Amino acid sequence: MSKKSNKDVWIYGEVTDGELDVKTLELLTMGKKLAIDLDEELAIVLMGDNLDPVAQDLAGFGPDKIYKVESPLLNRFNGEIWVDVLEKLFKELKPRVFLASQSFVGIEVAPRLAFRLDCEIITDCIDLKIDPDDGSLIKTKAIYGGNVVATFKQKGATQMATVREKANKLAERGAELGKIIDIKPDIDESIVKIQSLEVVREDVVALNKADVIISGGRGIGGIEGFEELATLVPLFKESFANVIIGASRPAIDSGWISSNRQIGLTGEMVAPDFYIAVGISGAIQHIAGMSKSKTVVAINKDEDSNIFNLADYGVVGDYREILPAFKKKWGGV
Amino acid sequence: MNPIKIIVCAKQVPDPEAPANLVEIDSDTKMVKIKGLPPGINSYDQNAIEAALKIKEKTGAKVTVVSVGSKLSQSILRKALAVGVDDLVLVDDSDFKDLDSRSTADVLSKAIEKIGEYDLVFTGRQASDWDSGQTGLILGEMLGIPIVNLVGGVTIEDRSVSVKRMIPGGYERVKGDMPVLLTISNEVGEMRVPSLRTVLESRKRPIEVWQSDDLKIDTQELNPFEILALTSPPNMERECSFIEGDSPEERGENLAMTLKKAFLKNN
Repeated sequence: MSKKSNKDVWIYGEVTDGELDVKTLELLTMGKKLAIDLDEELAIVLMGDNLDPVAQDLAGFGPDKIYKVESPLLNRFNGEIWVDVLEKLFKELKPRVFLASQSFVGIEVAPRLAFRLDCEIITDCIDLKIDPDDGSLIKTKAIYGGNVVATFKQKGATQMATVREKANKLAERGAELGKIIDIKPDIDESIVKIQSLEVVREDVVALNKADVIISGGRGIGGIEGFEELATLVPLFKESFANVIIGASRPAIDSGWISSNRQIGLTGEMVAPDFYIAVGISGAIQHIAGMSKSKTVVAINKDEDSNIFNLADYGVVGDYREILPAFKKKWGGV
Repeated sequence: MNPIKIIVCAKQVPDPEAPANLVEIDSDTKMVKIKGLPPGINSYDQNAIEAALKIKEKTGAKVTVVSVGSKLSQSILRKALAVGVDDLVLVDDSDFKDLDSRSTADVLSKAIEKIGEYDLVFTGRQASDWDSGQTGLILGEMLGIPIVNLVGGVTIEDRSVSVKRMIPGGYERVKGDMPVLLTISNEVGEMRVPSLRTVLESRKRPIEVWQSDDLKIDTQELNPFEILALTSPPNMERECSFIEGDSPEERGENLAMTLKKAFLKNN
């Protein structure tokens, strides 16, 4: 094995059904900053099938290189294959820094990969910087539900982290084009022990693209509560393009609405123009996902609810009485 | 046929809903203390216990809960017995405080080795104190068994496991042979509530309590998280203007007018 030390910043570019995940553009911003601080190159690793359109598009967003790892066997995410392919690639090319989004793929692949490479990793980081003394990564994350912020330094030839959504601005297109490097992975299908039987897509909910989110929590009381919230959507659509219903975890756990609408630490991280929280107490798990909203409106029966500490506008009372009057008045204002 | 053996890894964590004023940061020792609130079983680990109990009901599986930590509370972890878990193993050692994910997985893997045979290993998808989501994945890697992350439901058919894996915008049905490690998400449902009778009974049940010596663990090899600094988060609180009005209806009307104005300003 060569003694050459590890080099360059790599980020994992997430592609789902042929489309680049917008979180990758946030990761690019962070990766670029770290690469500049290290005076090394920034590379994006893409994995999938038929990646040309995405790779060519991404090349304009500032990476020096794009490793395009393509195979028909990579047409859908499989943890065993992904970790195996990346492990081989890392052992060959030895990146100094590796970042993935705190996403479905990132949260599984990054910790498993770190273990196999005998590296350490902090997940769900909100900030990263380079230690000028030794070029290692200083990693910052929120712990204890966001009540404490911790910074870490870890061992490992590759310094690894997953990065929380909405912690960085989107990268912008520049004049230069990164170089696309084709990699044909050697995939041993026999390592796959878990077989996919079917994929069931529920309605696609693009919470992260919403201008207005109307969210219900435990206080909404049931499915009927979400039906009531849905009647507000057309009102807001007069002024905003994307108006979407969201939910906090207790409402999901109660089975009142599907889990793809969950906002919070283990759901989506959102930052819409308007966030309207109805019957939501403001548990830390939820706040982590919505505190960056521009304007927050809270409706809750309990005037001591924590959600009012996070809101710009508050209404104390039963939403069942407040919302009908709200709707009626809205039409006439 | 032998009963299916399920091992559920459960962590004792401070109350995840503790308000900020009860969270004490000691910057010198780099420790966090939650004052005045009892700890509990991590909520995703409770989901994992529930997933195991559902399989027990259908197949007569044997469920063992194992917990690793320092100063574990028997009265809290015995709740697992009260809801229907068969055996409880506490691996409690003062050297196990704030272990990082890999060291925790290391201790768990040795405890599982001592427990013996297993068909299924469940962990919660992450714990509410560090929210790392790593221990289950690393444990699966250490045990050398297949892993399914973010599981929203499990059923057993013969000796194979059918799993509902949560994916963005829906779910995927996957199938595999045992043994397998599943990290369990909240979609499997909340842990059942024990009755007073089973709570009282659980207090008298024998449990296993092991220390690092019992597992031949060299605690020098274990690592706590390497923390440079602990700080309070920036204040996220906002100045809330409460909408006035004598009745909920009036407040609803006033909200409509206030929001219309705010919308106009923002657009």
